[in-house]
Amino acid sequence: MSAPTIDLATFEALKATTGAEFALELLDTFLEEAPAMIGELHDSLAAKDADKFRRAAHSLKSNSNTFGALTLGAMARDLELGGLASVAEKGTQPLDALAQEYARVAAALTAIRNG
Amino acid sequence: MVESRIGAARLLVVDDNKVNRLLLMRSLELQGHSVAMAENGRVALETLRREPFDLLLLDMEMPEMDGFQVLEQLFADRQLRDIPVIVTSSLEGIANVVRCIELGAEDYLGKPVNPVLLKARINASLEKKRLRDQQKQLVRRFATPEVAQDLQDSGFSLGGKHVQAAAMFCDIRDFTALAETQDPEETIELLNTYYALMFDAISGHGGVVTVMMGDGLMAVFGAPLPLPDHCDAAVRAAQEMIELIDLFNLERQTVAKPQIRIGIGIASGEMVAGYAGTNERATYTCIGDTVNRASRLETHTKVAARSILIDGATRRQLSGDIPVESLGAVPFKGLAAAVDVWSVVAGVADPGSDDT
Repeated sequence: MSAPTIDLATFEALKATTGAEFALELLDTFLEEAPAMIGELHDSLAAKDADKFRRAAHSLKSNSNTFGALTLGAMARDLELGGLASVAEKGTQPLDALAQEYARVAAALTAIRNG
Repeated sequence: MVESRIGAARLLVVDDNKVNRLLLMRSLELQGHSVAMAENGRVALETLRREPFDLLLLDMEMPEMDGFQVLEQLFADRQLRDIPVIVTSSLEGIANVVRCIELGAEDYLGKPVNPVLLKARINASLEKKRLRDQQKQLVRRFATPEVAQDLQDSGFSLGGKHVQAAAMFCDIRDFTALAETQDPEETIELLNTYYALMFDAISGHGGVVTVMMGDGLMAVFGAPLPLPDHCDAAVRAAQEMIELIDLFNLERQTVAKPQIRIGIGIASGEMVAGYAGTNERATYTCIGDTVNRASRLETHTKVAARSILIDGATRRQLSGDIPVESLGAVPFKGLAAAVDVWSVVAGVADPGSDDT
């Protein structure tokens, strides 16, 4: 990977401005919500629902950047801007890549959480 | 410090994403504000119509009703259009920012929202709202809420229109003589009470006070907004004014203050209503024969020793349950035709009896 999974400076800044305890709670919320967003990407791809696809990518982008998951954020941004059409021709490959990156993010954030 | 001048505000955060919602709420609560949340535009509008908020933080990309639709609905709603909106969004593209601002958003913050920037923007928006509220308050002190709203909607543009309405004049009998016998403070206090009572009765029946001068006032029923049964409304307001003055006199009697009497004249028909003046100073006024007739009738209450006098046109449109008594046709100075004068029997003691 060229970019780190989690940009620690971003996460530290989040902790500093909102309080460490709150930042960890928020992290838990993200870990609960993110799989549903990825699920929505799959569902909307299957249903060819472009609006829902864009919204799910948008949400994931926004939340990833909040926690410093910049690579995941950039991948989600590509999906948001490219839209359903850009993904449809490549099958589920872009979504699989995204899911793999999310797995790394989740592991890293869980390590931070328990660290 | 800027912070100390701006108190805690009630804010609504609208975002479909839970992490974003919680994060914004946390930042705002740390700044001392009280925060409510809505997960989409529809819920946000429902919440705004239910309880008052000082400021709205609005996400754009949302299911059910997105931020653009919320902005459109807000600014079409007279009750809600003055709530400042700060858009917080990670929508890409300058075109979206421009669209938000054009739809009336106060400001646009990209996500993730920088807390320092957020605080500065919120304080600036709240300060602007405070100034706007103050200005509105000021306009309301000089005009009624209806006129203030009409002024705001019309952009204070000068110009009149023909309306069907009832004009009312009212003043306190022998007020100058009364004022000479008492302290200036007492006179002002008496006037304040009098105006409070009269305003209450008049606006309670849909009328608008357009002129206050000394102890006299003019009100109109049916402008700037049409009023169904404006003759009934004006006459019932007049009856209530008399009743309120009677109650006020009872109060004055217990502290050995002299009694006050008022006379009211009402005429109805066509008149010209609108803003007249200059661009620097203008007032909402009604003019025309109808208005002159009402003024003459008010003056005539002293001669006729009656408290409420109305013209034939008002009498013709009146509900049957209001008792009236004909005083015949009376010629007035400056009016071409004699006026058919009727007295409304208010069921109160003849106010003219102690007139000098």
